[in-house]
Amino acid sequence: MTKNVKDEILHDHNADGIDRRGFLKCMAWAGTGALCVMQGGVLKSYSLSRPADLGGSAAAAGELSFVQISDSHMGFNKPANPDVAGTLKAAVDKINGLSAAPEFLLHTGDISHLSKPEEFDTVDQILKATGTEVFFVPGEHDVLNDDGAQFRERYGKGAKGAGWYSFEKKGVHFIGLVNVMNLKAGGLGTLGHEQLEWLEDDVKHLKSSTPIVVFAHIPLWTVYPDWGWGTEDSAQALAYLKKFGSVTVLNGHIHQTMQKVEGNVTFHTAASTAFPQPQPGKADSPGPMKVPAEQLRSVLGITDVNYVRGQHALAVVDSSLA
Amino acid sequence: MRRRVWILVLAAPVIVAAVLLVSGARGLAASAGQAQASNVEVKIDNFSFGPATLTVAAGTTVTWTNRDDIPHTVVSDDKVFKSKVLDTDEKFSFTFTKPGTYGYFCSIHPKMTGKVVVE
Repeated sequence: MTKNVKDEILHDHNADGIDRRGFLKCMAWAGTGALCVMQGGVLKSYSLSRPADLGGSAAAAGELSFVQISDSHMGFNKPANPDVAGTLKAAVDKINGLSAAPEFLLHTGDISHLSKPEEFDTVDQILKATGTEVFFVPGEHDVLNDDGAQFRERYGKGAKGAGWYSFEKKGVHFIGLVNVMNLKAGGLGTLGHEQLEWLEDDVKHLKSSTPIVVFAHIPLWTVYPDWGWGTEDSAQALAYLKKFGSVTVLNGHIHQTMQKVEGNVTFHTAASTAFPQPQPGKADSPGPMKVPAEQLRSVLGITDVNYVRGQHALAVVDSSLA
Repeated sequence: MRRRVWILVLAAPVIVAAVLLVSGARGLAASAGQAQASNVEVKIDNFSFGPATLTVAAGTTVTWTNRDDIPHTVVSDDKVFKSKVLDTDEKFSFTFTKPGTYGYFCSIHPKMTGKVVVE
């Protein structure tokens, strides 16, 4: 598990807080999927493009393993990827090929491109092949024209407000947040007062040793405000999570992998399964980035996450679809 | 006294010419404004509205066209107008009848903002 496998990203934030080198390495990985394994305060990232490395490793030994996918944008058909159904199927193949089958999937939004019923139907159909339960939070593309009514009808039964909820799996507390509603001119993603109050109440009764996983579409840390890559009131949400020893925040939206560690909080964004977006400020706009067709799958991916009891950070593994 | 009269006499045609020029210019401006008033285009390109600030006469219809690979919306800050989501090459039009300043943004990408000034 401590073997320094190529493409393995290890963040020992128990020891020294921020692993800058690891962070930069993770940045260089932009566009791959990730597997997260939670282990004793150490958040580990492994490349899923090298799943063989995971066999018998800490990831495989984790007590809870799940996969994050994001930004499938079903319905998108522009040159950046004319076959988003094909790449989502490739992601499913990747998931089904993992040595440790995930207990469930998290989809961090932008399931559809235009909120059309047939787009959601196609994604549901493709994800069925994983044979696994899927938990969703909406992206801004999933709540177009109807303030998210269709999304809640499909995926948010039993959820609160605009579709936020929490659940427990093997001692880990998962919180799905919605930060794509009621966006204000010039602003970033927003959680809103009602959701923040709910969050405060939701975690109040939990022991500080409970590992927390928060997932939402738009990053809950400020990646690049000029492109709207951040959430206005995320600091308030994180303040409610301060007492916990291990908080892992999983986001999508920016179509590239990025990681940051701040105290006990590890932030991670997943690759898209549809098309890549440019690195912050590296283009005129955050529009879809066209790469040569043969390189496309190397910049798309999934994220695998693993938790080991008694160790308080998750291992996160990004893996490309190549 | 006599000299002053001379000046007035000489000045009169100049004043008349100046008045004519000013009113002529006004006439031109008015006709240009009316030409705009029929329909003005705003392009949505590279996650921005162009022009970001548009000045039109009351009665003008403004049409937004999305030239991006990504859908956008056109939503007034004060809920005066609100488009459906616009996919690539789709359009939205709104006719501005009342003078005022209308700020708007893309509700999907709120960093995209624009303004229509109606005179």
